[in-house]
Amino acid sequence: MVGELTWQRRLFGLWIPMVALLVMGLFPFAWMAVTSLKTNAELYDPKAFPLAIHHPSLVHYIGLLKESNFVIWTANTMLVALISTAISLLLGSMLAYPLARMRFPGAALLALTVAVTYLVPQTLLFVPMADFINRLNLGNTLSAVILTYPTLLVPFCAWLLMGYFKTVPKELEEAALIDGASRWRAMTRVILPLCMPGFISAGIFAFTLAQNEFLYALLFLNRSNIRTVPIGVVGELIRGDAFYWGQLMAGAFLGCIPVILIYTFFVKYYVAGLTSGSVKG
Amino acid sequence: MNPTMEAARPAPQAVPAAGFFRPWIRPGEWVERESVFSWLMLTPPLLFLLAFLGYPFVYGVFLSFFNRDVAGSATFVGLHNFINLWNDPVFWQSARNTVKFTVAACGLKMVGGLGMALVMNQNFRLKSLTRALLLLPFIVPTVLSTVAWQWILDPGMGLFNRLLAVSGLMQNGPSWLGNPTLAMVSIIIVNTWRGLPFFGISILSGLQTVPMELHESATIDGAGTWDRFRHITLPLLLPVILIVTTFSVIFTFFDFQLVYVLTGGGPANSTHLMATYAYALSMGGGQMGLGSAAALSMVPVLGLVLVALTYYVRKD
Repeated sequence: MVGELTWQRRLFGLWIPMVALLVMGLFPFAWMAVTSLKTNAELYDPKAFPLAIHHPSLVHYIGLLKESNFVIWTANTMLVALISTAISLLLGSMLAYPLARMRFPGAALLALTVAVTYLVPQTLLFVPMADFINRLNLGNTLSAVILTYPTLLVPFCAWLLMGYFKTVPKELEEAALIDGASRWRAMTRVILPLCMPGFISAGIFAFTLAQNEFLYALLFLNRSNIRTVPIGVVGELIRGDAFYWGQLMAGAFLGCIPVILIYTFFVKYYVAGLTSGSVKG
Repeated sequence: MNPTMEAARPAPQAVPAAGFFRPWIRPGEWVERESVFSWLMLTPPLLFLLAFLGYPFVYGVFLSFFNRDVAGSATFVGLHNFINLWNDPVFWQSARNTVKFTVAACGLKMVGGLGMALVMNQNFRLKSLTRALLLLPFIVPTVLSTVAWQWILDPGMGLFNRLLAVSGLMQNGPSWLGNPTLAMVSIIIVNTWRGLPFFGISILSGLQTVPMELHESATIDGAGTWDRFRHITLPLLLPVILIVTTFSVIFTFFDFQLVYVLTGGGPANSTHLMATYAYALSMGGGQMGLGSAAALSMVPVLGLVLVALTYYVRKD
């Protein structure tokens, strides 16, 4: 009797909702993959079951790599994401370190400012930003996004790193100072090495956000060979005729892979960062 | 020990607080002051943020009082842009859409996320793998998953309508993105699909801090599952849920890319959000001043949410 109840509880309280959640969350990826692996004849056959593949083919992938600048877009995305992440980590930690560990006049106001800049969405700023970048003559260059992405990422990195910096006990720093280290040495040799997980967490998030960014890329990158993956896929793979879905899904699927790979390797840090209460949803 | 370190050693005690600019203090000692060190570190990032965030914001406010097209020069028009928007039915429609979209999507994400967290807060095999898989919609580039959704919702050959046809339920499924109501439902579904794991995993981390002892003693006192959820779990989770929801409200309210890719604001402006409408005015219509004014009209909402958030954080 009791065993039966537990078994039923387990089924209705865990397994059925779990499978439902997984199916809901993952079916779009399955649909992407299935579509990208079918030939057009099979893809647009109204009688075929949509999720089955009878004759898998790489024709859309070959077409994508041959006919579009997908490889260049991927390289651009990586380059932009790497540089803007590096800038953001550097500037973000310079902002976070004093805020988390030091007492100085204006600290409270500054912490509030960082929180507010973190919550200001780019949708609010894109019109003047477009004008600003054009006047700097940076339109249609990768520098435009390399310089603007950190505006989104610096407050975010600072916010996340502050949490990590605060966890290192003050005594460690005091001990280093008493032993004769300067503040700079105490920071670079004692405190920062202890915060490596924070840097990895912030770095992964910043890198992913930079890879996913759309609005500024849409505004600033109008030439095909300087586009990033999101903007290239939306801007060039959606074509006039109705039969572009195979290549489009191949592009979308390939575009997701780098993010998924990085995520797989660092999932622990990702979840840690996510649950530290500082990520935009 | 090297000389600089020797010199630095007595600094914290030996230097009186009053002598901020005393000429005989060596730079090395001066830098050792907590406030000096802090501000030296803070200056570069603050200058950067001032130039690339502060300046555009001020410039945006300035632009909203001017009539300026993409190439032309600016003429001062006062509040004319805001008055134009006030009399623009599409602007009001976008505002209503934005509120509907935000309330519906955040409500669904909150309830669904709570459900996801409760399901995930049990012991089962492959738990961390499941958690990683459930987070996928949140981490992949939104634009790419939105393109996949566009294909899922395609009226002719999309997955939904094909499944309806194959299962014999409906020979010709609805035009998901062509009908105003369904298009709104569609963007809400896609936003929820993407944001749900964020709620789920955040609430799950809150759930894991709920002490088992409370549940045990409540069970001994005769409380059922629902009572324990209602009187123990929910009150303890409330702070996490509120914070996550506030964040989500902000970023759902200002959402741009999902709608831009999925519907472009159509059909007949029925899914235009304030962000996409501001984009259409400024980049599509070339009216930078008007577009900037439309974007800035969202500030009061952001302000209200921020005030509510600080009030809540202070209270705690």
